[in-house]
Amino acid sequence: MGIRREEVRHVAELARLELPEDELERVAAELSAVLDYVRALDRLDLEGCEPPSFASPLSPLREDRVDERRLAPGEALAMAPQADGSFFVVPPVVENLEP
Amino acid sequence: MSGAELWRLSARALAAAVRAGECTAEEAVSAGWEDPAQEWEGDVHAIVHADRAARTAGAAAAALSARGTDEARPLAGVPVVVKDNLCTRDYPTTCCSRILEDYRPPYDATVVRRLRDAGAVVTGKGNMDEFAMGSSTEYSCYGPTRNPYDLSRVPGGSSGGPAAAVAYGLAPLGLGTDTGGSVRQPAAFCGVLGLKPTYGRLSRYGVVAFGSSLEQVGIFARHTGDLALAYALLAGEDPFDATSRPGAVPDVSGWDTGVEGLRFGWPANLWREGVDAEVVAGLEEAAGALERAGARRVPLDFLPGEYSVASYYLVATAEASSNLARFDGVRYGRRHEASPDLHSLYTRTRGSGFGREVRRRILLGTYALSAGYYDAYYLEAQRARARIRLEHQAAFARCDLLLLPVAPSLPFRLGEKTEEPLAMYLSDIFTIGANLAGVPGLSVPLPPAAGGLPRAVQLVGPEDGEGLLLRAARALEMRGDRSRLERRNEAEFAWPSRR
Repeated sequence: MGIRREEVRHVAELARLELPEDELERVAAELSAVLDYVRALDRLDLEGCEPPSFASPLSPLREDRVDERRLAPGEALAMAPQADGSFFVVPPVVENLEP
Repeated sequence: MSGAELWRLSARALAAAVRAGECTAEEAVSAGWEDPAQEWEGDVHAIVHADRAARTAGAAAAALSARGTDEARPLAGVPVVVKDNLCTRDYPTTCCSRILEDYRPPYDATVVRRLRDAGAVVTGKGNMDEFAMGSSTEYSCYGPTRNPYDLSRVPGGSSGGPAAAVAYGLAPLGLGTDTGGSVRQPAAFCGVLGLKPTYGRLSRYGVVAFGSSLEQVGIFARHTGDLALAYALLAGEDPFDATSRPGAVPDVSGWDTGVEGLRFGWPANLWREGVDAEVVAGLEEAAGALERAGARRVPLDFLPGEYSVASYYLVATAEASSNLARFDGVRYGRRHEASPDLHSLYTRTRGSGFGREVRRRILLGTYALSAGYYDAYYLEAQRARARIRLEHQAAFARCDLLLLPVAPSLPFRLGEKTEEPLAMYLSDIFTIGANLAGVPGLSVPLPPAAGGLPRAVQLVGPEDGEGLLLRAARALEMRGDRSRLERRNEAEFAWPSRR
């Protein structure tokens, strides 16, 4: 089962990933090749195989613990592309604030 | 002791020399950079972030802590190369991606902190495929690493930088991460040992996440004893990693006690086709060496690796699409400047910051998780993963460990697979199973092939089977001749030669 150019565009939007128009075709072909390959799973007997719900069967429930280590605001903001001393700065989230 | 000798020593011998005052920590740390690196690094390009001031500060700290303490600083003054997706306070941590250019973490990964506590010094950050997605270290924003045994070939990946650095002598130990074979396959291509521990055994705190349910920090070494020591120091529960494995760490102190009576599984159905003759010959050679050392071969059939590859490239990409959502140009990393609104800030930052392979995997994972396809792809892949785990458990009811190829071929040429994603994925066909099953795997070098390229075999064990893997690796390292190694103070290693 392949993936069409329009679906690639949709998935890229879901993933918040800008893709140049001229790449859509190539990406669709590459993803289709991989999706064809994974159909191998259809030949596998999965009777009684339930998907694991966690990475390790040994991962137990743990008591709540308070993490005493924390970053100072200055440390957390130090690597931000844009900050004003106490906040991360981003472009306007809400449009047309001015009447 | 001069630098020319120091860089050839095992980690244990080097630390012993520092503790005994035969050389300073400063000399131990700079030895690798003065000698082999000056000859090799320009061609091989194993290191992406180096910093003389950080090395000097690290050596000074190690020197201070080494004084008068034998047991407490087992790695006193030992240089270690760390993959660029492990957080280090004193070096950038970029995952070799434009989107994290110049990023400096405010903290050390737990494994890095444990290394430093043991007296080791981080002397460089190793090159890698961007965000650990790749099998050749060609998808790095800093350009590829080359194989020190043949500069026209790849070192494997994604942890190709640390593997190559340990192979040519920059450091006796290296750290990588292994999500689908990213420590074992480059170890095989570079002729060094590469261990992927049991899932959860080494902390993932401070590892930039890609496939959280699959990945483990792995260790590169040139000697089995060094590997056992590093594993013992790094393994253990970490309250900062919710998936870290509770309970006692496997005792690996018996790494040199032989393999008498050990049963190794021999699933010859896996290499009947599609595997190079030199790889198959290596398997026969290793099996013979284990048998001569007293182990027993147990022929069995095993589930073909294509099912693991199929399951993996859905599970891993699904997890990647979720994990990499954090790179949005807001809190850290690079931001696309021409972004008038928040939506375009996300899409442009991510579109221009991620490389081709990373974009491909994010898209594949998003697709596998999206409405209408979740059951057909992601859920089925997870059920296959359960089947693959059962398959491993069944095998380990009949034998103590499995003998497998690491990769289907010897190191391939640069550019050979970069245009064919699927061909690249298939170079992990024998390593992915251990990640899906959460069991440990170890790549063990063999004497080189006729043309001089490194060869290796893989040992895969049950959960917490690290001790068994190390014992078998030791038997292969000696190849029946203990005195050969003892005569040379564990320092013998098949160094790459200049062509």
